[in-house]
Amino acid sequence: MQDRINQIMAEAKERLAKAKEMKEVEDIRISTLGKKGQLTAILRGMGALSKEEKKQIGPAANKAKGEIEKLINAKFDEVKEAAKKARFEAERIDVTEPGRANLMGVRHPLTLVAEEIKTIFKNLGYEIAEGPLVDTVFNAFDGLNSPQNHPSRDMTDTFYISDGICLRPHTSTVQVRTVQERKPPFRIISPGRCFRCDTPDATHSPMFHQIEGLIVDEDISMSDLKGTLDYMAKQLFGPETKTKFRPHHFPFTEPSAEMDVSCFKCGGKGCPVCKGSGWIEILGCGETHPKVLEVGGIDTEKYTAFAFGMGVERIAMLKYGVDDIRLFYENDMRFIDQFK
Amino acid sequence: MLVPIKWLKDYTKVDVDVTEFTDRMIMSGSNLETVEKLPGEMRDVVVGKINKLEKHPLSDRLSICMVDVGRGEDIKIVCGAPNVEEGMLVPVCLAGGHIPGPLHGQAPVEGGVDIQAGEVKGETSNGVICSCSELGYDDKVVPVAHREGIWPLPDDIGLEPGMDLAEGMDLDDYVVDFEITPNRPDCLCMTGMARESAATFKESVDYPATDTKCEAGGSTSDYIRVNIQKPEFCTRYYARVATDIKIEQSPWWMQQRLMHAGMRPINNIVDLTNFVMLEYGQPLHAFDINTVKGGVINVDTAEPGSVFTTLDGNERKMPEDALMIKDAEEAIGIAGIMGGLDSEITGETTTILIEGANFNGDNIRLTAKALGLRTEASSRFEKGIDPNQAGIAVDRVCHLIEELGYGKVVGGAVDNYPGQLDPWTVDVRIDRVNKIIGDTIPKEEMIDIFESLEMKVEDAGDGILKVTPPTIRLDLVEEIDFVEEVARIHGYDKLPMTLPKGRACAGEPRNETIRNATKVYMVAMGANEIQTYSFVSPQDCDRVRLAEDAWERDAVVLLNPLGEENSVMRTILSPSMLQVLGRNYAKSIDSVRAFEIGTVFAKNEFEPGGLPDESDSMCIGMYGEGNDFFMMKGIVCELLSKLGIEDLTFVAEKEHGTYHPGRCARFMTGTAEDPIELGIMGEVHPDVAENYGIGTRAVLCEMFFDKIEDIAKTETRYVPLPKYPAMTRDIAVTVDEDVAVGSMEEAIKASAGELLESVQLFDIYRGEQIDEGKKSVAFSLTYRDKNKTLTDEEVEPAHEKVVLELKGRFDAVLREI
Repeated sequence: MQDRINQIMAEAKERLAKAKEMKEVEDIRISTLGKKGQLTAILRGMGALSKEEKKQIGPAANKAKGEIEKLINAKFDEVKEAAKKARFEAERIDVTEPGRANLMGVRHPLTLVAEEIKTIFKNLGYEIAEGPLVDTVFNAFDGLNSPQNHPSRDMTDTFYISDGICLRPHTSTVQVRTVQERKPPFRIISPGRCFRCDTPDATHSPMFHQIEGLIVDEDISMSDLKGTLDYMAKQLFGPETKTKFRPHHFPFTEPSAEMDVSCFKCGGKGCPVCKGSGWIEILGCGETHPKVLEVGGIDTEKYTAFAFGMGVERIAMLKYGVDDIRLFYENDMRFIDQFK
Repeated sequence: MLVPIKWLKDYTKVDVDVTEFTDRMIMSGSNLETVEKLPGEMRDVVVGKINKLEKHPLSDRLSICMVDVGRGEDIKIVCGAPNVEEGMLVPVCLAGGHIPGPLHGQAPVEGGVDIQAGEVKGETSNGVICSCSELGYDDKVVPVAHREGIWPLPDDIGLEPGMDLAEGMDLDDYVVDFEITPNRPDCLCMTGMARESAATFKESVDYPATDTKCEAGGSTSDYIRVNIQKPEFCTRYYARVATDIKIEQSPWWMQQRLMHAGMRPINNIVDLTNFVMLEYGQPLHAFDINTVKGGVINVDTAEPGSVFTTLDGNERKMPEDALMIKDAEEAIGIAGIMGGLDSEITGETTTILIEGANFNGDNIRLTAKALGLRTEASSRFEKGIDPNQAGIAVDRVCHLIEELGYGKVVGGAVDNYPGQLDPWTVDVRIDRVNKIIGDTIPKEEMIDIFESLEMKVEDAGDGILKVTPPTIRLDLVEEIDFVEEVARIHGYDKLPMTLPKGRACAGEPRNETIRNATKVYMVAMGANEIQTYSFVSPQDCDRVRLAEDAWERDAVVLLNPLGEENSVMRTILSPSMLQVLGRNYAKSIDSVRAFEIGTVFAKNEFEPGGLPDESDSMCIGMYGEGNDFFMMKGIVCELLSKLGIEDLTFVAEKEHGTYHPGRCARFMTGTAEDPIELGIMGEVHPDVAENYGIGTRAVLCEMFFDKIEDIAKTETRYVPLPKYPAMTRDIAVTVDEDVAVGSMEEAIKASAGELLESVQLFDIYRGEQIDEGKKSVAFSLTYRDKNKTLTDEEVEPAHEKVVLELKGRFDAVLREI
């Protein structure tokens, strides 16, 4: 009997050594340890054996069973590993092949710049306000303290649809609307399209975008104006940016200023972008003229205000290095695609 | 405003270099345009004296000059100028030298021209006798006396042959071009800029002398009477007379000042009126008094329909209300714009009337505009001038006539001044100034600033300064105007930087939020945003084949468009989109997916002549691989779903001219009884594609974005996840080709009952095993009871109903799956 057990063991070992696939290993398990397996038969036949024989054969058979189980499990693992390895080898890919296209589009560069500026001012507590693109001459000029004979009112400068209605030449119309519609304190930022009678060329467009800002509150000063716009410039062009405020004149602000930023190309040393001056003019601004606030019946003794307006195209051109304003309206996809 | 620094120094001290000068002037409010260094680069240009002049043997036009250039021996130069004369002092560029301007008759050369010795028709020439333009002066400032020819140098300023020209003529100067803002017409003159400079650099202004000795005796009123018939248009008319005038050249120092300031020297009297105009900003006019008939000047409007010949020789029809200067018989000048041909100063003039007047700016502007004639004088009157300047300027002219020996001045003046301008005083509160500026500038500094600008200041106590500006400062009327003066002279750069205190909440209107979200979703679906003009061509409607009576044709029209292409406000975005698709197609870009959200305009229906109605529209356009109708539909459905708009209905549209009649749909949401029309989409009609040069199938969609903004849901509610499993049943039927799958889907939804959770169309098949004219359509139906697990027995009756409905309504034949 012992010989028979040894023989089963030897056979199983030999077969296992040769086995390469799961099926073969499983067959070995069935033929030795299965319900009708050789070793199972021996263990089942134990009842017919003498007490003496049981004592001898029982442990031997059980030991053999344990040993074979161990061997079979080990072989299972081995074969599984080998199979996985073979699969990995077979499924190898060339990782340098291109990825499947899953392209996103891009927003227009003017949208990107306007969004950036809007976000800066939203963070400062400004609300977005909107106004119509076609507006009254009052909102475009009279309400802004613009002199009756100011050349910007001429039909060679501003587009009209009737005597009293024009295509707004600036977003400042929204200032006039806001002071009439709202009670201070308020702070608004108003982006949008504007129109002027300029024949298109590399630096002119009959349609362009501005962003207007207005804050009305108690004690709003020139120093606040400087601090706010300096913050904007640093957010927009980087923390190293310096600002310079030069006196200027606008009918709707007094005192008025133009703001220059240190050239972000050369850092202020002078280069073609800043025409050698180290500074780039970015926007017009000033303390809102009392006459503009009075249009809305605002108490100018209690409330003061500042306003500013900037051209989105100009900033986009400077920021992205675009040298022809017409590119923004040609919508060549090779152009648009560049603004991630 | 051109400011020659040398001239400015006649009135105030400028002892900084030009860069510091302009930097500080910029910071006090005089914005810089350009700085030009004069003269242009020249080398070996010296004073020469023409000792001998002979005709060139081979040319009548050319002269052979023997020129003393201080080298001991005269040098030989061939010269073609008509005005060259023996004994003349001339500028000579020696061989090997350099001049900034182009040689006579040649195109300008960047960096100037090198001069070499050469031969002209067989005669050697060792240099060039130069004209003004050859030495770098703009043609428009070359003195009339030698416009055609070389520059005869003055013989009364001690020039010697061989002297360096720039040194001998004192040519070195800087000319600064300042941008003068419209509120500061007082800066459009040398004394005005001197005032700004003096205030900026804490210097003072040394005003020009205006006193006269009046050696001619008599009185101006012996020569002339002045009547102002229209005092509303003429604030002041001040006149003086000078006799024994000899018309000649102005001295070089004056010519140079005029040239550097951009004016052409003409003769001593015209130059003098121009010179004083540039000193004070006051336009002046000199008449030959012998041409003023009746010894009277009338300031009156033109006769209706009258014609007047101005001194440039043009006959002009005078507009209504044109103010004229008339003598006893007829008009002799257009007030404030241009004198007449007949009263012009000529070489024979001996007695002159010098007019310094102040005319109404609006009247001058309207007349100048009607005539299409804007002059230096008219533009100055338009901008506004202090009438007190008129007298000072005429007196200054008279002073210089005496000082320069041009003639004799008659005593007194005729001064008709109906619109007398007296100084005014404004209360300025020190606290208010500091509140607006946001600083704590002390009272003393404010007083200093006002006084530096020649204002009189009285400290009235209680923090109030009573400030009286000089009358030239017409812009200083209200307290706020004085705040600006303090701020700019104190220096904007010295103000602190602070952030506004106070409360604020950021926010944005709903449409802005939805627009921004839409842009993000569209970009995620691979579309690029475009921006196109708001004004378009009226022909766009034809190009997209809109019906003759289409509402889109009723556009808001511009009165003054740049051209027909941009003459109406757009009512739809599609044509602009098609234009962009066409433009990209033409550039061989093989695939485009683009969108635009923009304002469209309609005439105001409720209030004719009121502001147009503006609303948002959205357009999607695409062409190229994969960009077909169903891609568009997928994009639109996904976008609207993200905006919370579900339950869309698509209805085939066969009539719209822009689209392929078999591949176009209108889409809507809402209920069948009360649908909300959202837009239209479809493949572009081949004729429209051709109109825009799109050589492939393109797909277009335009949506009423305002409506989408109205109904979009910006809030999300969570729906609990199902607790019990769903049961899925597929169904496949053959139907006629004409049956719309949308109707089948609706029929399924309507008939299946409450257990049906969703229907998904998953296959449409035509071909083998399916009869011609038929298609096989397969749906996957998901049933679910949210309270328990469904059994086959419960689903079966619902599914049966669906099958029956499809058979009954669409003649559908069930297929085995």
